Amino acid sequence: MAEKHSIHGLVADFDSPDKLMGAIKEARKAGYTKMEAYTPFPIHGIDDAMGAKPSILGYLILCGSATGLTIAILLQWWTGAVAYPLVIAGKPFFSYEPSIPIIFELTVLLSAFVAVFGMIGLNGLPRLYHPIFNYSGHKGITDDRFVLVIEASDREFDATATRDFLAAQGADKMELIEA
Amino acid sequence: MAELTREQEMKERLSPSLTDGHPSFHDVTEAVSIISEVKTHRNWYIALAITSSITGMMGLMLAYLIATGVGVWGNNQPVGWGWDITNFVFWIGIGHAGTLISAILFLFRQKWRTSINRFAEAMTLFAVACAAIYPGVHVGRAWRAYWLFPIPNEFLDMWQNFRSPLLWDVFAVSTYGTVSALFWYVGLIPDLATIRDRATTKGRQIAYGIASLGWRGSATHWKNYEKAYMILAGLSTPLVLSVHTIVSFDFAVSIIPGWHTTIFPPYFVAGAIFSGFAMVVTLMVMARWIYKVEHLVTLTHLENMNKVILATGTIVGYAYATEFFIALYSGNPYEKYVFMNRAMGPYAWAYWTMVSCNVISPQFFWFRSLRRNIPFMFFISIIVNIGMWFERFVIIATSLHRDFLPSSWGYFRPTFVDILTFFGTFGLFLTLFVFFTRFLPIIAISEVKGMMSANAHEKHYLDEAVAASEGKEPVGAAH
Repeated sequence: MAEKHSIHGLVADFDSPDKLMGAIKEARKAGYTKMEAYTPFPIHGIDDAMGAKPSILGYLILCGSATGLTIAILLQWWTGAVAYPLVIAGKPFFSYEPSIPIIFELTVLLSAFVAVFGMIGLNGLPRLYHPIFNYSGHKGITDDRFVLVIEASDREFDATATRDFLAAQGADKMELIEA
Repeated sequence: MAELTREQEMKERLSPSLTDGHPSFHDVTEAVSIISEVKTHRNWYIALAITSSITGMMGLMLAYLIATGVGVWGNNQPVGWGWDITNFVFWIGIGHAGTLISAILFLFRQKWRTSINRFAEAMTLFAVACAAIYPGVHVGRAWRAYWLFPIPNEFLDMWQNFRSPLLWDVFAVSTYGTVSALFWYVGLIPDLATIRDRATTKGRQIAYGIASLGWRGSATHWKNYEKAYMILAGLSTPLVLSVHTIVSFDFAVSIIPGWHTTIFPPYFVAGAIFSGFAMVVTLMVMARWIYKVEHLVTLTHLENMNKVILATGTIVGYAYATEFFIALYSGNPYEKYVFMNRAMGPYAWAYWTMVSCNVISPQFFWFRSLRRNIPFMFFISIIVNIGMWFERFVIIATSLHRDFLPSSWGYFRPTFVDILTFFGTFGLFLTLFVFFTRFLPIIAISEVKGMMSANAHEKHYLDEAVAASEGKEPVGAAH
């Protein structure tokens, strides 16, 4: 909240995912680049339409998996063969066969932690304030409204021209929101 | 339920309708959210009073056990594992249906899972909580149960034996519980945001606001969310199969006749899914009626679950037959004896209860009319769970009760502590459910909407064809 009354962008509120998708495609054609869509459920193909890069979460999770795998091997080898070697039924102190279940479980566990906390982190959550919450109809986003925001920082942004453009896409309601 | 017209039936087969009537997105929000928003009904307090008293009784039994010793249970030589491990395996098995529905059916793109996955996942968590009690107190000194984990501490100057299946089990069950909780929470975040946005009081706004972490449903959010959800489903799929596999290793890796068999992992997994689906049917039949979400959890959903019960029940029956055949064919006299003793010895009553409940009762679901008959499926789902409890009891008690020397033969009898503790776990399970259905969205709102939107495209022309014959008003929210 730097300056008062600085504008975050222009909200356009649609009543169906199809209209929203149409508006995104048209906006991209018209040269807008800084936009964000807000929807009650994930919409198939919206990332391509907005030109968004694929999520990097998968790579983060792979790192988590590798960490879990390494920890599980080191833990079982070090405790069983180094720190506390104990002969049980004449079995080797460390071998891969009986180590597999715990290797698997720890790999899954760490991957799942990274998947969840990575998702939350990449989404910048927890964050209890965001300009979109200044939009008077923001409660519809988690219900049945499909919202497109063209941000004021976009080079093409012009309060009047952008409003006319979005009205032409079939928006039911438009509103400037503060940052 | 109204009879299906011919056209509707055709439509059902081409593209099963997963919501009855034509609810709008808002209707779905309304129907699910309202459950946690209306003034608490008197019946809810009555239900809570009953279930929490049963839980309290379980607490007393556990306190008595911890204060006195594990000897208050009926376990003794030669049956060192009794109801405790039976109940542990029973509860873990119940949980499996939740993960199957949330993960495996997701990867198979089974759209019908969306109405029931939240509920089934909650069931998984609560069942794992009930299961975890048993090994925790069976160790004897429950205050040292943390010694099961490789946590360095001043008392224990040694490390766990990682070559033991019992330790694998500790890791499998705790990983399963943790991952299920995380998966469940990820699915809840967007729906908690829906409830936050509908909240009218300050308290609810703050509570659901914090719980939903400030979720705003942006395309960026959904992109990472869908990635996380997909990968969690991918991780949970082998995980759920591994959990009951490893539970079965507790038995199969030992050298006790009756336990030492390679069929155990797939046989346990099939049995777990079988019992879990039966429990989902039991609970779902009640919940959809109490909370008036029959249009979201339709007869088609219940029928699909009954088909899974039929399939897995048949696999379980096949496993019983294989196990028996191999025992006779093996030429191993001990193995042969254990199986003959199972079917005809002192526990024959338990064995044949198991067979009739698990193998015979699901066969009724070959008939479509019975698969769609609510009182009948409710009855069968309970019978199946009784049968699956007996399966674990039969495996444990019959394999142990006659040791190699006839001087070490015995017969397991539960004590009142065994019985009341087991009864008490149902209290805990239901108490958690009573809270869940009161405060959280019991149906995955955003997923149902996403499924409706995807279906709307492919079904448009089919809908038009039946619109005339139907003449039915859209079923809206429950007031």
